[in-house]
Amino acid sequence: MALIVALAAVPVVVVAVFFLLPVSGMVDRGLRPGGHWDLDAAFAVLGRPSVRSAIWLTVWTSATGTAISVLLGLPAAYGLHRLSWPGRRLVRALLMIPFVLPTVVVGIAFQELLGEGGLLAGLGWMHTGWAIILGLVFFNVAVVIRAVGASWESMDGRPAEAAASLGASPWRVFRTVTWPMLRPSVIGAATVVFLFCATAFGVVLILGGVRYASVETEIYLLTAQFLDLRGAAALSLVQLVVVVLLLVVAGVSRRVADPTVVRVPARPMPLRWIARRSPGAVALSVLSFAVVTALIALPMGTMLVQSLRVDGQWSLANYRAFSQPNPILGVSGWDALLTSLRYAGIACMMALSLGLTIAVAVTRPAHSRLERGLRSGIDALVMLPLGVSAVTLGFGFLITLDKPPVDFRDASWLVPLAQALVALPLVVRTIVPGLLGIDDRQRQAAATLGAGPWRRFWTVDAAVTWRPLVAGAGFAFAASMGEFGATSFLARPSSPTLPVVIFHLLGHPGTLNLGTALAGSVVLALIAAAVMALVDLVRVPWLGAL
Amino acid sequence: MRLFTHTRPILTTAVLGLATTALAACGSSSPTTVPPAKIKSVVLVTHDSWVMPKAVLADFTKKTGYVVTVRASGDAGLLTNKLILSAGNPDGDVSFGVDNTLGSRALSNNVFAAYTPSSIPAGVAAYNLAGDNGSHLTPVDHSAVCVDVDLDWFKAHKLAVPTGLDDLIKPAYKNLLVTESAAASSPGTAFLLATIAAKGTGWQDYWKALLANGTQVAADWTAAYEGGFTQGGGKGTRPIVVSYNSDPAAAVSNGQTSIGVVKSTCFGQVEYAGVLAGAKNAPGAQAFIDFLLTPEVQKELPGSMYVFPVVDGVALPSDWTKFAYQPTQTLTVPAADIAANRDQWLQTWNDIVSTH
Repeated sequence: MALIVALAAVPVVVVAVFFLLPVSGMVDRGLRPGGHWDLDAAFAVLGRPSVRSAIWLTVWTSATGTAISVLLGLPAAYGLHRLSWPGRRLVRALLMIPFVLPTVVVGIAFQELLGEGGLLAGLGWMHTGWAIILGLVFFNVAVVIRAVGASWESMDGRPAEAAASLGASPWRVFRTVTWPMLRPSVIGAATVVFLFCATAFGVVLILGGVRYASVETEIYLLTAQFLDLRGAAALSLVQLVVVVLLLVVAGVSRRVADPTVVRVPARPMPLRWIARRSPGAVALSVLSFAVVTALIALPMGTMLVQSLRVDGQWSLANYRAFSQPNPILGVSGWDALLTSLRYAGIACMMALSLGLTIAVAVTRPAHSRLERGLRSGIDALVMLPLGVSAVTLGFGFLITLDKPPVDFRDASWLVPLAQALVALPLVVRTIVPGLLGIDDRQRQAAATLGAGPWRRFWTVDAAVTWRPLVAGAGFAFAASMGEFGATSFLARPSSPTLPVVIFHLLGHPGTLNLGTALAGSVVLALIAAAVMALVDLVRVPWLGAL
Repeated sequence: MRLFTHTRPILTTAVLGLATTALAACGSSSPTTVPPAKIKSVVLVTHDSWVMPKAVLADFTKKTGYVVTVRASGDAGLLTNKLILSAGNPDGDVSFGVDNTLGSRALSNNVFAAYTPSSIPAGVAAYNLAGDNGSHLTPVDHSAVCVDVDLDWFKAHKLAVPTGLDDLIKPAYKNLLVTESAAASSPGTAFLLATIAAKGTGWQDYWKALLANGTQVAADWTAAYEGGFTQGGGKGTRPIVVSYNSDPAAAVSNGQTSIGVVKSTCFGQVEYAGVLAGAKNAPGAQAFIDFLLTPEVQKELPGSMYVFPVVDGVALPSDWTKFAYQPTQTLTVPAADIAANRDQWLQTWNDIVSTH
């Protein structure tokens, strides 16, 4: 018990210092100007028509974006993680690419596709809510695929087979056997996706155009442009309340998991075999898979083609320019890539160590009501950072982490830590379902046979949670490679990362600059995908026995 | 890491160990030749567009012994508000990038300490912020946000190049202009101020006419120029863009530029540097501001940041002397008016474009 409390204390302290403190600092500045509460004026902000429509836009685009991501992601996760076919690891890695691309690049790619003169200009979607939703799904469908896939992969297939042999139709098997087992991870992924959608910034700004404002862009405007901290604080509180409600609902619906679910090491089925047995499932999977691939491949393809064109000719000049030391920044694209990789590795380690600690702490069998409450509290605490505006967090860092004992504003590890905090919920959400599926009797059996706590952890827990852990690591890595929102408000590392170089190139006129930026984005995407693929190949020898 | 002074069971220690190893691993910075005992750091707080070759900053270290640490984030607006929020306990010593549309706001919030370089090169004083007259803010560079046109496109379509703001709302130029959001992008803000300077109280009607004439408002400069403008790198379809007066110099081939500037539409921008009030290293900050006015930095400005030096007689790159347009007359709005009305204008502008 003491060990568990101590274990859980680390991430809790981290979240408290790097999230609760900065956000409460900003809210305090906004709602207590000059030291006395001024709530009326703050909540008058919520009455503004522009703010009301921003709240409405956020709710409907996020809900739609989440629903589409889940509907497309589930069958695709089945095809990618439950079935085995040649090349699936590669495809899995490629589908993670959107996650690492800087929003500004994706914005340009979609603009090339949907905007005037683009391939799909005829749809007239640019600067409409549809473009926003398309962008949100583009970024988030990978989250569903990876998080749900990791849990689906290690699910024991025998109950479903038993049901099928007793004459249940595939649909009925899914409804009565598979779904109850999957539900926690689906709800977990959907929650995370909704939070990502609700706090999306660049997507709304670039794809939605000026006519659309979401809560996030509104907070940015109030904070960064008007310095209206009152309004921003009121909106941040609205965000917080919604997030907390969402987490409570998600927590309750996750808790009713099937206690009999058993986790086993991944054993994907050969595609041929399944195709014979339930062609419907395979067809559905292939269909959604095709949609997901099109959605991700189209903008990526425009990017790739653009990066290979110079003055209407095919050419590698953009890639050559990328490899040259940039005359202004003094580093070549490859140097910047190394910096990015280094930071991503660090963020990855942080997210994993924090995430594993939390997951282990919240999944131990609870012995009392208080303990159970405490655990779900920790679980929710970790999710909170996703649902709060990056600009609130960034400015909060500035005004609260500025005096001892928490004088961290200038710490070089602040950026990877912020990235780790973004990935943390994903890590926790992917590991927890795996750990929950472990029958405690296995641990007890191991203990009876003389295994110590470490040995028990390795042979029982680690064996089953390895895949989800790897999935979580992938998220952390990708989040860091793409430089997420919060970090753009923090001091950048002294040597530029690849997203910084791309951003810089995009900020200057000259056709070669855009081409080089796109070449850099393609390199970023491919390297990140390669790392994901490598991580995917890592195998842990199966130590335990069922 | 002195936060965790309570119980330290084995796994916690292991996890922390892992984290600190990771932290230690990333704390490496580029090695310097100055012995560590002598290194004194001066921290520059600036915006994302700040660029200065490493060699130039290394020269500063050689001359003064101070090492520059750069903290860049956001645009000029975000930078200014960050400085205001942390006024008195700044996240650095010196700041570069507050411009003439934001300077008054920063000054009235006591962001900057008083400092005037002891020797001001010729030409600099002309760019002083009205009301401050160089007492806190030192001009470093200037540029102008103008309406730019794709000369090739107009030649190919046999259409006369627009000559001023009034042309942009004529049917002949329907659906040809792309600009940036005034609320989210600094060139966008500058163009809004240009229309306010030119049209006075009629600016709102002018904007309604612009939008009625098919003007596209993009999120930021990159989306407008690279994505929307015909001379940008993307598949843009609009031959008129709100951008900078230096752009013609970036579109030169065979001794010809394909970008022109509509001369009567320029709004002047000046970027300032100042010592932050409460700086830990005020002497270092002052030395850095002096350094920004040296020929070495001034001649770097066009190539690095696409802006003009404020010091007289600094040689420009040859393409710049030939093609970059330096307006003799710019549209201006008095600094006091901007400080008083900026937010209201932006809010009104936002309402106009979002309800259009």
